[in-house]
Amino acid sequence: MATSSDLGFFLLVTIVKVAIILWVLLTAIAYLTWLERKVIGHIQSRWGPYLVGPHGLLQPLADGVKFLFKEDIMPADADRLVYWLAPFIAMVTAFLSIAVIPFGESFELRGHVIPLQITDLNVGLLFVFAVTSLGVYSIVLAGWASNSKYPLFGGLRSSAQMISYELALGLGVVGVLMISGTLSLRGIAASQLGFWRLGGILILPRWNIFLQPVGFLVYFMAAIAETNRVPFDLPEGETELVAGFHTEYSSFKFAMFFMSEYANMVTVSCLATLLFFGGWSGPVFGPGWLRVLLPVFWFCLKVFCFLFFYIWVRGTLPRFRYDQLMAFGWKFLLPLGLANILVTSFVLAWIHS
Amino acid sequence: MLAIFYMAAAVAVLAAMAVVFQRTPVYSALSLIVVLGALAVVYLLLDAPFIAMIQVIVYAGAIMVLFVLVIMLLNARPEEPTRGSRFAHWLGVPLLIVFLGEFSYLIFRRFPARAAPSAADASPEAIGHLLFRSYVLPFEVTSILIVVAILGAVVLAKKQL
Repeated sequence: MATSSDLGFFLLVTIVKVAIILWVLLTAIAYLTWLERKVIGHIQSRWGPYLVGPHGLLQPLADGVKFLFKEDIMPADADRLVYWLAPFIAMVTAFLSIAVIPFGESFELRGHVIPLQITDLNVGLLFVFAVTSLGVYSIVLAGWASNSKYPLFGGLRSSAQMISYELALGLGVVGVLMISGTLSLRGIAASQLGFWRLGGILILPRWNIFLQPVGFLVYFMAAIAETNRVPFDLPEGETELVAGFHTEYSSFKFAMFFMSEYANMVTVSCLATLLFFGGWSGPVFGPGWLRVLLPVFWFCLKVFCFLFFYIWVRGTLPRFRYDQLMAFGWKFLLPLGLANILVTSFVLAWIHS
Repeated sequence: MLAIFYMAAAVAVLAAMAVVFQRTPVYSALSLIVVLGALAVVYLLLDAPFIAMIQVIVYAGAIMVLFVLVIMLLNARPEEPTRGSRFAHWLGVPLLIVFLGEFSYLIFRRFPARAAPSAADASPEAIGHLLFRSYVLPFEVTSILIVVAILGAVVLAKKQL
């Protein structure tokens, strides 16, 4: 039975966890913008931000201050309520899904086991999908409420793109779900701990990527499209649509769209790590506190690799044309995802029989 | 738990009324999304998290996006309030009240107040077993029906294939 002091302890721990995770996430997003400008700069033989602080390290802070003090402009014929609502929807949906992401094992404090995760839902993966599927509204509504032609085009493109690629995103992970047999993100990650052995020799970690390479490919390509990043960034394609859905947004409302895009990148990278790359699995050694912290480090390292890959892709690939985008989603990714599910289920049935 | 239910129910009813009374089509669509979200909370309280998440993903996240997309494509403006026929005023409102009274009386008689049927297993596994074992024929028939509907839509939309 939970006593009132237990409940108080639980609440306190949860609030502390939420505060820490939000702080880490916000800092990570701020420095992700710095990293993006730095890496793309070096890809293009430039230095990137260099003036504010050593190697431009204080640039995110300067950007934040700049956003805060800029004039907030609203188009004359905009729909006021929805125009306000859109950036908030973007922020809330982008930050909500981090609540079910596990980033390590658990540790004991005063006889309580504290998992390194805000909450473990038994339908955690579906929760993330539900929240991200609501994130579409921020873009659609921003495009509509601005009452201006370029944002409207951006919003229309985005809604069609999101619906198309959400299917491929879902199909990509079904293979993993069939193998692990659970929808809890902690359960999926825990099922990948350990190694495959051949004659007593460790060969490969038990990561799903080795069982589901096609599923991973489908998932990650669809995920890039879902986060509206290059080469799928048609909702904001600046050569045709000025800045797409957020053309009419300025000051802090623009910053909210900007932050939510990076938060979505972090979420998608976390999911890719948890579903396909074993979550926090990695070499663990040393005293007790190191055994708690090392898995967190491995998790963050893997997420960082994905984020770097995102930026790398942006510095490398040109943008799709709109009809190419739709054809790629419906005629390539979707059938590939379905075929992957079919093959996986046949193999699983064969193993189980 | 009961307090959360009443809050979700109140939000659902108020938003559902907003769907009808709003004059701007986009606001109506947004209110409908709020209704679907509130219903998802009710499903959560009934120990059916899987159904709740599917409700949000499918209805709020996909179908309503299409609704909003269509409204935006048509660029639907706020409706002009019509005078309203006298017939609707004098006969419609009393009839609505009679209908609501009858409906709620029947519901209360058929389902007297008691605990929610939480004993039913609503896990993904259980729903999968129901769908693909007991109800596999209706399930497949539905999917064929949907394919037929899609084909019909394509034929209607494209004069030349």
